Amino acid sequence: MDTIYALANAQGKAGVAVVRLSGALAFRVVEDLTGQLPEVRQLSLRRIRWAGETLDEALVAIFASGASFTGEEAAELHLHGSTAVVKSVLQALSEQPGLRHAMPGEFTRRALENGKLDLAQVEGLADLIDAETESQRRQAFRVLSGAIGERAEKWRRDLIRAAALLEATIDFVDEDVPVDVKPEVSGLLNSLLHSLRKEADGARAAERIRDGFEVAIVGAPNVGKSTLLNALAGRDAAITSEIAGTTRDVIEVRMDLSGLAVTLLDTAGLRETLDQVEAIGISRALQRASDADLRVFLTEDGQPLPGLTPVAGDIVAIAKADQNQGAGLRISGKTGEGLDKLVHEISARLSEQSSAAGTVTRERHRIAVLKAIKAIESASNQISSESSHIELAAEDLQHAIRALDSLVGRLDVEDLLDEIFSSFCIGK
Amino acid sequence: MKHFDVVVIGGGHAGAEAAAASARIGASTALVTLKKSSIGVMSCNPAIGGLGKGHLVREIDAMDGVMGRVADQAGIQYRLLNRKKGPAVQGPRMQADRKLYRLAMQQALSELPALTIIEGEVVDLVVELHGIAGVVLADGSNIRATSVILTAGTFLNGLIHIGDIRKPGGRMGDKPSTRLADRLSEIVQKAGRLKTGTPPRLDGNTIAWDILDRQPGDDAPEMMSFLSSAPKVRQISCGITNTNVQTHDIVRKNLSRSAMYGGHIEGVGPRYCPSIEDKIVRFADKTEHQVFLEPEGLDDTTVYPNGISSSLPEEVQTDYVRSIRGLENVRILQPGYAIEYDYFDPRCLDGTLCVKSMPGLYFAGQINGTTGYEEAAAQGLVAGLNAALRAQNRDSVLFSRSESYIGVMLDDLLMRGVSEPYRMFTSRAEYRLSLRADNADQRLTPVGIGLGCVGELRRAVFEVKMENLERCKAALASEAYSSREAERAGLKLSNDGARRTGLALLALPNAAEAVEVLCPEFARSEPAIKVQVWRDALYAQYSHRQEGDIAALKRDEAISIPSNFEYGQLSGLSTELKTKLSAIKPINLLQAGKIEGMTPSALLLILSHVRRDRSGQAAR
Repeated sequence: MDTIYALANAQGKAGVAVVRLSGALAFRVVEDLTGQLPEVRQLSLRRIRWAGETLDEALVAIFASGASFTGEEAAELHLHGSTAVVKSVLQALSEQPGLRHAMPGEFTRRALENGKLDLAQVEGLADLIDAETESQRRQAFRVLSGAIGERAEKWRRDLIRAAALLEATIDFVDEDVPVDVKPEVSGLLNSLLHSLRKEADGARAAERIRDGFEVAIVGAPNVGKSTLLNALAGRDAAITSEIAGTTRDVIEVRMDLSGLAVTLLDTAGLRETLDQVEAIGISRALQRASDADLRVFLTEDGQPLPGLTPVAGDIVAIAKADQNQGAGLRISGKTGEGLDKLVHEISARLSEQSSAAGTVTRERHRIAVLKAIKAIESASNQISSESSHIELAAEDLQHAIRALDSLVGRLDVEDLLDEIFSSFCIGK
Repeated sequence: MKHFDVVVIGGGHAGAEAAAASARIGASTALVTLKKSSIGVMSCNPAIGGLGKGHLVREIDAMDGVMGRVADQAGIQYRLLNRKKGPAVQGPRMQADRKLYRLAMQQALSELPALTIIEGEVVDLVVELHGIAGVVLADGSNIRATSVILTAGTFLNGLIHIGDIRKPGGRMGDKPSTRLADRLSEIVQKAGRLKTGTPPRLDGNTIAWDILDRQPGDDAPEMMSFLSSAPKVRQISCGITNTNVQTHDIVRKNLSRSAMYGGHIEGVGPRYCPSIEDKIVRFADKTEHQVFLEPEGLDDTTVYPNGISSSLPEEVQTDYVRSIRGLENVRILQPGYAIEYDYFDPRCLDGTLCVKSMPGLYFAGQINGTTGYEEAAAQGLVAGLNAALRAQNRDSVLFSRSESYIGVMLDDLLMRGVSEPYRMFTSRAEYRLSLRADNADQRLTPVGIGLGCVGELRRAVFEVKMENLERCKAALASEAYSSREAERAGLKLSNDGARRTGLALLALPNAAEAVEVLCPEFARSEPAIKVQVWRDALYAQYSHRQEGDIAALKRDEAISIPSNFEYGQLSGLSTELKTKLSAIKPINLLQAGKIEGMTPSALLLILSHVRRDRSGQAAR
């Protein structure tokens, strides 16, 4: 396998830039460039020289195969983060025979291929690198450290037991197996369903943590939605004016609210209109607002809005507090009154949503869980119905097992037979 | 010197089926056995069929094999297991009169003109440059052959244990084949030793039948063969009794004297066929175990007590057996024993059961690590057909796991090897709903007709049946009925506005009568055809999902792994998996996925390397 190298952090000026190498030639190249190899896993100061020139003074670390991120011999050069230094070192590396620049994701891929990470962990790692907020980081780290595997282990045990009980009554009908396994199987399936449903529900929140929550600001025209958005964003993202109906499209601003990634949506004011363009804007506003994770209703007079009413968890605030009276959450984008409170309120409600987050973060996992739920429901119905066909319930369960294959690992007949033979005295 | 297309070594269940299959497709065949009169002997319990096993018998029968027909000549009790469950998991089982079975088998073989039976002991194989060329008998004579099938059962280095007494033997009263075993170990690496056991045989005249429960056969017996319609001989009941605390005490006290627990046996025994010693050690909290008393024949008083196999010394066997209700005064005719024997790793075989390293040499039956008459016979069929096809220079016949239990078994054996004697269960078949005992003929008889191994009688019966089935199904599929029409015919449905075909209606519970009202063609069909159409309809909605699974399998099958693929380079694989993969050399991703211990991430790893190697080659 080739030895590869690449700049590990983003391009551009920085305090430190790290260049990574991985592959059989990594140690030799480091020795050629620095004169003397450091001890493994000990950051050491070295001069990097090539073609008679000193390129930089860098901290160098090497990792033995099996004890590195990729599982191969690997090295890191911690350079001064100047564009020129990085460029000259990469140039020097490109001139080493047997070395080539890594393809995107190749270091991680090697880690996967060498068994240092499993697939879910790779996904977790990708999310960790992309993490912008604290909760994204926590969630990604949970996946990276194998949380899906732990939860899946319990599902796996329950699935094996339930399937084994059904199979035992099918394949060992003449033997000393309990005649009625339905109560135990139903119990196991119900607990699986409960846990999988929770996971599927949590998947949406988990996805939100990863991709960001959407918070829509809604209200009548000219109630100050755009002013509020600009005040929260700290910049003029939306055009504001005294003319009602200024905002027609949906304006998005991405921000970090107390550690949560949030996209704020400023929407067209809701009113009956004959203006065709405004009507399109309003219908978009309604669509986006109802899809959003949270809505902030701005009102001056407490009148209901056409087409949208607050649902549980939404925030209703008195707008233009500098001009209006009224009790409750009073805010003003203009004077900044109540903005702290609003931010606090938004993040509190989103945090509540995110606390339901499951360990399943990827759409791929969610689909697998949903498929399994459907199959287990069908098995469960089959078992509790009068004219039950146990072989159809068993078939449903096999289907559920195959759906969860990517999460719980392959589960085959030997696992079921092991369970059967260790639980029942089979053999007449 | 004699020359045959195919020589079969051994006349047990694998050997008889192999010889018959080979002879049926017209290859000149010789069956070499130690004793002609031992052909068709049932060494263990006098029963055939059951769950998974009954499926195998029907599949053998669908190819016009001998086991099912012979069994029906000798059946003294029939029970369809899981009769109350769906047809996919029903397994026909029968008990045979041992003597009648043996004689019927010998008769069936004698009717095959291409088959010669030779009495003798094979002590060596003739190997030439291109592969196998024949066998050498103990008297020094050679028989030349294009293909050789070895079905040595438990005879390779067979060792019988009763307590601490050990004697070489292939079966009680028969000597083992040691010279051949030595010779074979030079050709193929032996995998190890397996163990099986059998209970003491009882004198039925000394059993107090009147105080025991009886288990009769079914009122409407389900035959083993598609060609049979009713039992040929008188039907009997079995007795049922139980072990008790006293029995368990006797066994427990004498455990160290058991061959198994005394450390005399190195072979691995099957977990689903435990000895009484095993049962008492592993399930110590159970205070009783069922014992079935199965008569071995109509004019034979021997009784086979199913459930208490043992390798305890003879006097201990007498003690524990006599502690059982109804057996207080029983006389033991032959003590139970454990037998250890050599087996070969079936992963050294290809899909035709031919030894990969020795073209023309086939292995079938217990030497491949299986247990059971049915498993052995099914392998005999596969080896017999392919050995003959090879001799005739024709393409081989392969069985896939999406089409037959035979395919499931071959795939399991070839891909995963065995760690305990392999027995068929319906749960091994992932396409269980479509691989049913009742439709084995629909699945396999056309294959048999194509090969030329199906006789005229069966062919004619089958073609009439298929014609009737198709006509009835076509009529049911051609018309759809509203829920109101169904209700008028007497079937209450949810009024969802959907129109359902007669086939779809038939899948609903208790719908047959209403469907008869709606579809005159169905009403007109024979009862057997009606039942068969109903069975097919019942699982139709599930077969759609299975088709998706089979398509996924085919996708994996299409990703081939080069034969020179270096598993050593995949540092993410465990050493165990690397060793297995390098030994088995799966030809595609599907096969790789079936190897024991394979994980999704390991598969992904192989896939990514196969892809990379391929794109690397394309670039070059």
